[in-house]
Amino acid sequence: MDILNALVAFLNFVFVPALAYGAQLALGALGVTLIYGILRFSNFAHGDTMAFGTMVTILFTWWFQSMGISFGVLPTALLALPIGIAVTAAFALGTDRAIYRFYRKQKAAPVILVMVSLGVMFVMNGIVRLIIGVDDQNFADGGRFLISAGDFKEMTGLAEGLAIKSTQAVTVVTAFAVMIALFWFLQKTRTGKSMRAFSDNEDLALLSGINPDRVVQVTWIIAAALATIAGVLYGLDKSFKPFVYFQLLLPIFAAAIVGGLGSPIGAIAGGFVIAFSEVMVTYAWKKVVTYLVPESMAPEGLLQLMGTDYKFAVSFAILILVLIFMPTGLFKGKSV
Amino acid sequence: MNRNLALFAGVGLLFVLTGMLQSWNLALSILNLSLISAIMALGVNIQWGYAGLFNTGIMGFTALGGLAVVLVSARPVAEGWAAGGTGILLGLFLGAASIAAAIFAWNRLPKGRMRMLVTLAICVAGFVLYRSVFDPAVVAVEAFNPATAGNIGGLGLTPTLSWPVGGLLAAAAAWVIGKVALGLRSDYLAIATLGIAEIIIAVMKNEDWLARGVKNIIDLPRPWPVPYEVDLQQNIGFTEWATRWGFEATTASSIVVKLMYAGLFVLVLLAVIWLSERALNSPWGRMMRAIRDNEVSAAAMGKDVTKRHLQVFILGSAVVGIAGAMYTSMNGQLTPGEYNPLRFTFLVWVMVIVGGSGNNWGAVLGGLLIGWLWLIVESLGPLVMSGLVAGLAEGPLKSHLIDSAQHMRLLTMGVILLLVLRFSPRGLIPEK
Repeated sequence: MDILNALVAFLNFVFVPALAYGAQLALGALGVTLIYGILRFSNFAHGDTMAFGTMVTILFTWWFQSMGISFGVLPTALLALPIGIAVTAAFALGTDRAIYRFYRKQKAAPVILVMVSLGVMFVMNGIVRLIIGVDDQNFADGGRFLISAGDFKEMTGLAEGLAIKSTQAVTVVTAFAVMIALFWFLQKTRTGKSMRAFSDNEDLALLSGINPDRVVQVTWIIAAALATIAGVLYGLDKSFKPFVYFQLLLPIFAAAIVGGLGSPIGAIAGGFVIAFSEVMVTYAWKKVVTYLVPESMAPEGLLQLMGTDYKFAVSFAILILVLIFMPTGLFKGKSV
Repeated sequence: MNRNLALFAGVGLLFVLTGMLQSWNLALSILNLSLISAIMALGVNIQWGYAGLFNTGIMGFTALGGLAVVLVSARPVAEGWAAGGTGILLGLFLGAASIAAAIFAWNRLPKGRMRMLVTLAICVAGFVLYRSVFDPAVVAVEAFNPATAGNIGGLGLTPTLSWPVGGLLAAAAAWVIGKVALGLRSDYLAIATLGIAEIIIAVMKNEDWLARGVKNIIDLPRPWPVPYEVDLQQNIGFTEWATRWGFEATTASSIVVKLMYAGLFVLVLLAVIWLSERALNSPWGRMMRAIRDNEVSAAAMGKDVTKRHLQVFILGSAVVGIAGAMYTSMNGQLTPGEYNPLRFTFLVWVMVIVGGSGNNWGAVLGGLLIGWLWLIVESLGPLVMSGLVAGLAEGPLKSHLIDSAQHMRLLTMGVILLLVLRFSPRGLIPEK
């Protein structure tokens, strides 16, 4: 029995990675859920919006690096992030003006808008691949670790190390700051309130004099900002690859639906639910269990429920369970 | 009608021009892939055009069709079977049985905490049982000669049989996913099918015992009556015949093989079109369109909307599965790594929308046209791009632009899709 080592191993291999991943998913799901709440369709281009924003940020990061500008121990990408957000927001507003607005005026069925978003997805995908290529790009710099495994072992004298990468710390801090700012905006500001009113009941909101164009524009700007931040944090934590960003669409949708489409707090909860289940189901528990049980009972197998390649299957399974048992999600979003 | 004929003639002309200006070999291989795409587009049109179901899992059903080719026609690996074949089958059976038992318990037990606990217990016990039988069998199968085998192989049956089996496999998957996701709002089906397709590909990449995963299965036998190029070239009668017509034996043999495939594909395509047209113009087809146009009033007329949706979802997926099997048959190999949702799902959607959703001929036209465009850009794109940037100075920018020419087609497809949706939402051949 060695509860302390088991706990540290759990924190190191499950809790910390899942927390960072969950924060990234939550930001992505917030964007999807906002678009769904205000514009009333599932935006299939969201993964590629993330890729687009990250690409712009990476390009400016490289430019800063070539000029010798750095952000100390923090990654330079954080300096380039505001520019990435601005460019992506401008792009999103442009697509809305050129493409989505037409269908909104027509009051087209949601499924048509989904299809239109497929077209936008193709275009953004093409642009990203055209500019930066399909390969892995690693753009994290600054300090590597907040605590490295070796230091931790020295400090505590435990057999297990707890490593916290600086990118993980940056992810969690940034994500929570962004979430708090978003909720403050939605709850306290006039624009935020009008957005919530619009999402609740469009006709009533129009009656009370809310300008729908403005609400839609603000929504696109926020969604683009959230997508860019989520994409950059994911890229810093792992690496940037356009196709992987496209594939993130599934866990992000799963997170938004699990939380309840249209509910911001649900999107955050959903992000963490999906991330923790993905990591916990695909983690080999042998190490943790070996610490917890008497030596004679130490497990022989890996105690891994599923291979890591099946992490999509986990988010999918949760998605299906939610669809069957509570179609409105954890926080009563819109459904059917 | 004349307009439609002109459209088809125009697309035919594109293929003829490709043959005359580039090579007939290229034109025919593009034609074969486009024919397969046209069949997939028909499958999607059955789901979207007839019933308004938004399926984004085409890639998964295509891959299942490919898997069927391996399972039916590949040579059996007797040692692999002996090592763990029964264990794998038993394991899969136990897994399926425990899911069935869990569903049964959920449906039969009275509501309450008891029901939840019993169902959960069945699931957990079933999972443990399944893993304990399945895992050792997989290890045993994969241990046998992993460089060339390591799988259970197929049944060694005639390859033509694998096409309908591919359809059946896809239909079975469609039944499962349809049971869960149909009847919910339309976006949910799209998201659920997007997920199931990724999972099918993940299974095919990782379950080496099944079809060797990313190690790929090559040398799948060809369907009757397509000959092998080598046999043709060694056939004296054939070489004489080729030289009499002024062809080289090698070129002639590959053209004959491709023509044979094209003939087979056209036969299947015509059969599917004929059946679809018959279905569309029958009472069943009218009911489907009525459901699509107004679900509420169709339900009020006593039509079981969810059941009809499930039916049409299965039918469309089966057609896609058949096309997927044909694709793998033609390639002669199964490479799970090549299945990419942009190419195998969303491109097919572009075909249907551009061609004209709800119209079978439109879907076929879209399949041929977009299939041609997609593949011709592959061979012409770098050429065009180097022409465009000829004025630029040599350097990294120029080579980057030429290298990335292949990504232009994603952009092009997106723009085409957006333009069609905006300015001609009913497609080239609109629904009557």
